[in-house]
Amino acid sequence: MSLLNWIDDRFPLTKVWQEHMAQYYAPKNFNIWYYFGSLSLLMLVLQIVTGIVLTMHYKPDADLAFASVEYIMRDVPAGWFVRYLHGVGASMFFLTVYLHMFRALLYGSHRHPRELIWLLGMVIYVALMAEAFFGYLLPWGNMSYWGAQVIISLFGAIPGIGEPLAEWIRGDFVISDATLNRFFAFHVILLPLLLALLVYLHIVALHKVGSNNPDGIEIKKNKDKDGIPVDGIPFHPYYTVKDTFGVAVFMAVFLAIVFFVPELGGWFLEKDNFAPADILQTPPDIVPLWYLTPYYSILRAVTFEWLPGGAKLWGVIAMGAAIVMFFFLPWLDRAKVRSIRYRGWLYKTFLMLFVVTFLMLGYLGTKNPGHVDIFWFKNLIWAQIGLVIYFAFFLLMPIYPRLDRTKPEPDRVR
Amino acid sequence: MADNINNGRRRVLTTVTTGVGLAGAAALAVPLVASMKPSARARAGGAPVEVDITDLAPGQMKVVEWRGKPVWILRRDETMLLELASIVDDLSDPNSAVVEQQPDYARNAHRSIRSDVLVVLGVCTHLGCAPSKNFDKGVASGLGDDWVGGFFCPCHGSKFDLSGRVYKNVPAPTNLEVPPHSYVSDNRIVIGIDEEEATA
Repeated sequence: MSLLNWIDDRFPLTKVWQEHMAQYYAPKNFNIWYYFGSLSLLMLVLQIVTGIVLTMHYKPDADLAFASVEYIMRDVPAGWFVRYLHGVGASMFFLTVYLHMFRALLYGSHRHPRELIWLLGMVIYVALMAEAFFGYLLPWGNMSYWGAQVIISLFGAIPGIGEPLAEWIRGDFVISDATLNRFFAFHVILLPLLLALLVYLHIVALHKVGSNNPDGIEIKKNKDKDGIPVDGIPFHPYYTVKDTFGVAVFMAVFLAIVFFVPELGGWFLEKDNFAPADILQTPPDIVPLWYLTPYYSILRAVTFEWLPGGAKLWGVIAMGAAIVMFFFLPWLDRAKVRSIRYRGWLYKTFLMLFVVTFLMLGYLGTKNPGHVDIFWFKNLIWAQIGLVIYFAFFLLMPIYPRLDRTKPEPDRVR
Repeated sequence: MADNINNGRRRVLTTVTTGVGLAGAAALAVPLVASMKPSARARAGGAPVEVDITDLAPGQMKVVEWRGKPVWILRRDETMLLELASIVDDLSDPNSAVVEQQPDYARNAHRSIRSDVLVVLGVCTHLGCAPSKNFDKGVASGLGDDWVGGFFCPCHGSKFDLSGRVYKNVPAPTNLEVPPHSYVSDNRIVIGIDEEEATA
């Protein structure tokens, strides 16, 4: 133990371990939804590790990029495995993050006093979308190229500064070698550093106020004579063991996809990206991957030419507003109780409607708008209905508690 | 010594130090931000392109690359030009009212300097896809029996006529963009240099 003492005199190793692991008391009633925070962290680590290996073989050059990815797939030992882990990993990362966010909506984890945890989490979410967008250009496939073309041309819709701003982002008049090179820098340096810092802050903020739980009540209100919450259990070993089990199940699913269906029928890797970028040939449908399609759907749902400034500008505004809405959630939600277990039917109904709408918008974002009839409307009309429900969920939130009957919260967790 | 502290002086020094520090940071940001603008090489790549259209027969189109974007040069024949006027009611901006989409010298019925030669960017004004040409007429085009020939964007279904003018009720908001261009001789076009600059 003398080595540990030597370190503890110079660095608070034991203190940090005790405060954040062995004597960090988390509520004893965590359920399945509480896996996705630690799984998201696992995905971040996995993406960084596989990313480092990929950068050893990848070439961020418009003439070489596509071939270097094929080289990784064919000639680099286990290169295909590392690349599929990274590509499928991106989708799995978003899956865990979405489920983690939904957990907050279920149990009111965004509510006072955890607003800052939620805000930091939302910044992580936005940084993750940027990270995914920059990474998607790197294989220099045709969908990479045209996806970036479409998204960056959105900045051109901003009145006045739009075009110069788009040029500044691209570093050229079109998506080119300069764009690829800088997106590589953003993808492997800027955003990973930012994400690591944000995740650190997210956890620091969490450990300051303590974890919420499925009952949405504060365990710190009931402490024993030693000041330890009676409904709390130490994070280590109880939740480290539980999370390890979660990791095992999750990895089984994750690796099954990597080994057997890495493209998942075009949902995780789009078929148009198996052809190199071609500036004269647009893919028939330009769509982002599934984790961004709800917002893409909202962007395309705004087709009202009579809006001042034009439909394109308002589409961009609606898409931005759809993401910004989440940031205001802690202040929009004013119910007396946190957890869905004690909330009334109105919130339950709206939350379910919101989830269905989010999934529907995600699905519609992958389809050509205005061409296909789904049941009795064109899919553009469905997207417009979805847009209205999406915003209504947030904007009507202050009204639900006035109409909704909540159940009394228990004193202790169940 | 505590009574010797001059708080006013401390405040001024703190403010000035912070101000100088921020000015320094801002000054450092300028070159860093500027370094992300198109480089000299990218701007040279955006240099004007000279095209010879001597061999371009009426009804034919050629595609050249300028600033990495496809530029269509279409020489319209007599019937094509006559039909431009017949579809005006189906277009959302037949008179090129949106001024950014073309230089002043192309703000006319045929949206070009020479009435027969159209020069436009082959980039859809909706979300930047590449429309394809469809010069077949009527049912043969697959775009309905009133189609008189034009351009169709496969991404989201926008339609443009043979002057690059956008049809009504399609996602694209504006006509195709006419790039700055000028004639150095009867059959030589320079794309990227405006008419006035060329003569001035």
